[in-house]
Amino acid sequence: MVIYEAVIGLEVHAQLLTKSKIFCSVEIDNRSEPNSHVGVVSAGLPGSLPVLNRHAVELAVRAGIACHCEINLDSRFDRKNYFYPDLPKGYQITQFEHPICGEGFLDIVSDEKTGAKRRVRIQRIHMEEDAGQLMHVASSTLVNLNRAGTPLIEVVGHPDLRTPFEAKSYLKVLHSLLVHAAVSDGDLEEGNFRCDANVSIRKVGDTKLGTRTEIKNVNSFRFVEQAIEYEIARQIAVVEAGGRIVQETRGWDSAASKTFTMRTKEDADDYRYFPDPDLPPLKLEAAWVKSLRESMPELPDALMLTLQNEWGLGSDEAELLIQQRQWLFYCEKLVADGVEPKAAVSFVLTELVGELNHVGLSFSQNPLNPSQLSQLLKKTQSGSLSRRQSKELMIWWMGEPNADLDKKIEAEGWVQVDSSEALGVWVDQVIQAHPEQVQDFKDGKDKILPFLMGQVMKTSKGKAHPQRVSEMLIAKIRCKD
Amino acid sequence: MPKFSKARELLQSKSISSLELTQESLAASKKAHAELNCYYEICEDTALGEARSADELRSRGENGPLLGVPYALKDLILAKGFKCTAGSKILENFVAPYDAHVVEKLQRAGAVLVGKTSMDEFGMGSSNENSFRGPVRNPVDSSCSPGGSSGGSAAAVASGSVSLALGTDTGGSIRQPASFCGIVGLKPTYGRVSRYGLMAFASSLDQIGPMASDAEGCAFLLEAFAGKDDRDATSSSTPSLAYGQELLRQRSSWSWKGKKVALPRELLNLSYEDEVSKEFAAFRDYLSKEGAQLVELDLPHVSHSLATYYLICTSEASSNLSRYDGVHVGKRAASEENLSLDQIYAKSRGQNFGLEVRTRILLGTYALSSGYYDAYYRRAAQARRMIYNDFKKSFQSVDFLLSPTSPETAFALGSKTSDPLKMYASDLCTLPASLAGVPAISFPSSLSSPSRPVGMQLMAPWFSEMSLLSAADHYSHSCEGASDGHI
Repeated sequence: MVIYEAVIGLEVHAQLLTKSKIFCSVEIDNRSEPNSHVGVVSAGLPGSLPVLNRHAVELAVRAGIACHCEINLDSRFDRKNYFYPDLPKGYQITQFEHPICGEGFLDIVSDEKTGAKRRVRIQRIHMEEDAGQLMHVASSTLVNLNRAGTPLIEVVGHPDLRTPFEAKSYLKVLHSLLVHAAVSDGDLEEGNFRCDANVSIRKVGDTKLGTRTEIKNVNSFRFVEQAIEYEIARQIAVVEAGGRIVQETRGWDSAASKTFTMRTKEDADDYRYFPDPDLPPLKLEAAWVKSLRESMPELPDALMLTLQNEWGLGSDEAELLIQQRQWLFYCEKLVADGVEPKAAVSFVLTELVGELNHVGLSFSQNPLNPSQLSQLLKKTQSGSLSRRQSKELMIWWMGEPNADLDKKIEAEGWVQVDSSEALGVWVDQVIQAHPEQVQDFKDGKDKILPFLMGQVMKTSKGKAHPQRVSEMLIAKIRCKD
Repeated sequence: MPKFSKARELLQSKSISSLELTQESLAASKKAHAELNCYYEICEDTALGEARSADELRSRGENGPLLGVPYALKDLILAKGFKCTAGSKILENFVAPYDAHVVEKLQRAGAVLVGKTSMDEFGMGSSNENSFRGPVRNPVDSSCSPGGSSGGSAAAVASGSVSLALGTDTGGSIRQPASFCGIVGLKPTYGRVSRYGLMAFASSLDQIGPMASDAEGCAFLLEAFAGKDDRDATSSSTPSLAYGQELLRQRSSWSWKGKKVALPRELLNLSYEDEVSKEFAAFRDYLSKEGAQLVELDLPHVSHSLATYYLICTSEASSNLSRYDGVHVGKRAASEENLSLDQIYAKSRGQNFGLEVRTRILLGTYALSSGYYDAYYRRAAQARRMIYNDFKKSFQSVDFLLSPTSPETAFALGSKTSDPLKMYASDLCTLPASLAGVPAISFPSSLSSPSRPVGMQLMAPWFSEMSLLSAADHYSHSCEGASDGHI
């Protein structure tokens, strides 16, 4: 039996997080009215000229640093010529011969079960402008140029991937890196992070590459895995049936879970690349690149270690924060304010995120800023509020974020009671009311303590200081005799 | 219409109002157009308004050298609200939605736009016969071509309808028509003038430049619009000068004494028309008498100029002109049947681009095609670099390079239209400076009393426009009267 292996290489387009377009100062806003964010340059009007956005260059370099790429101090822009209505100039400005970033690599998970990692190579990262969008309405086609001229990077991977799972992992790692380095928002639904997959098969042991097909514009991690899985099976079936793979561009139909032919090599365009004479060669200063390198945020692998070792988080919590950058930034501010990291993360992940979900707000709509929440959590930390009270206060404060926390605590009479006198009264009541449990605890059944504590908290209407209650219960019961 | 220097004096001394001068210019422009077909549009209403504003400003004490002076604009440059056709049917109905950098600058200087001038379609031609509105006639001899591609601007100035005009030069399109019509035309250093608002033909070669009845006019125009513009990444941040003021300041003291002028052997051996040879010889004598030191030198790679130029300009044009697709910009082919997208492109472009434009798009597309790119475009880019280095080396030892502007004087309309290679050879003297990116000026020389205007071309190191303008100004003043017989 012939055993096949797949050879997979991904090309990922990510939209850069700049305010304005790559070659003019028009603001980027893909969601606004069609053609409301178009200037003479992005409309490709006669006489218009491209001027490179420096911020886009900075982000492309950061992407390169994040992907361990060589940064080319000399790069150049080229024109890729073809006619299509979403491309008003008749050419796309891209980097063909001399990209801004050269060879790099990613460490991806290659085995789902063991979590074993493998290093795969990135060939290059180059900058380019996005095209506009076409909308087909009844019998006509409308053009929306809002997206035209949006800065993109294309990350071109070597064909080092061997399984659909590896491809998915590659995509996830790259996504997480680019989002972390604040290069792209990585919004998959908006098409701000999308992927073309080159897939071929060969017999295990062969060193020559088979004829490849390219699956265009897949925009979810799951679909990439599914599309490649489908494509490998299709190619094997073709070869097994004695057929030959045709070099072609294929689309992914997510509803039918199938790839389909878009165009074959015969009608492939000749893009007639040549250096764009409107843009001088891009020269970077080594010192500038160095300063970018030094200002890079901690990238996921290093961050994982910090979160586990320094913050004492479990790997699940750490993973969650790495994926949800906004939560991480919020927690970092709480920690900077002096909240104990583990407690801060636990409160944010369960109470804050839970409540936001409950009321239907996104994290960025969170009415409480980090310094408000740290004010609250520091009271919990010092023991002057219980966790239940602090949760209730958080919910109240989210409704009235401008109100004063201390006044509210005072008004509610929620100041925690920790005087021995008052606590002693509640503890004695509970000891008298539950003789059986008290006896069990005396006999060494430690598990019963939380029950007794709960009773004291209930009796005190939540005002009792839990730590002090616990100490007092132990002292009163165990030291009674 | 008086020459620029005269017009400036009259306006600045308030001997004439801008309104009077503009009315005179408009009348002359209409007459010139009727005889020569040199304008696509005469902007009568706005010109009169601008002239009144200029007079108003002058009455309030402003007295700039261009304030209230009428000028004509080649129709490859955008002026907001006016049609801008590039001499092409495909842009017959295109109205400029914004002002070019140079137009903004001239507005600020108070110059009065009287008309948009005829040209070879997208700047492709050397005779102004490739215009969608028909050929332009040479004011000196109406059976002859005014040269091209800025033939309309040259004819507008030479006919006396304006003293100032803007042209564009990719391989000689300012200098050759200036030579044919007997006016002064300067192609600035590549990057000296912003191309923002100039419809691109060959972006790495295109430059906007002044054309005028005298060197002083060119100097004041250049002063108004040279300099860095953030909207053109290829515009240079090398500081520009107050060329006009400087020209006036240097006028009495400027001299050829001690200046080294080189004659490139590659341009000496071309086959020149007799009258051009005679005038060229007379001009060299003049320079010697004036105290210049004449030497011969080699620009070894300049012999590849024609091939290099036509590969680069057609390649860039094939890409630059893609935007005229009948979908976004440009006239769409009339369709009764249901055309496919490819048919819309093919028909719109096929029907609305002229023959020369279609020829060059095809040539450029071929030169950039995969499999041919290395043999054509890349080789041409390498040859261009060598030509650039030839110039760089020669300017280490000389101040100027000299040649006639064109191997010939104005030729008869229709005499070359059937032979493109003969037409292309008309640019042999002007192409090297374009490829090297150095500034070059053409000014009329009439020492041997030629029957038609003959232009001399001086080339100078990058950003040395000032010395070219002063040299041309010095010549016309040292030979006062001899050079302006026909104006």
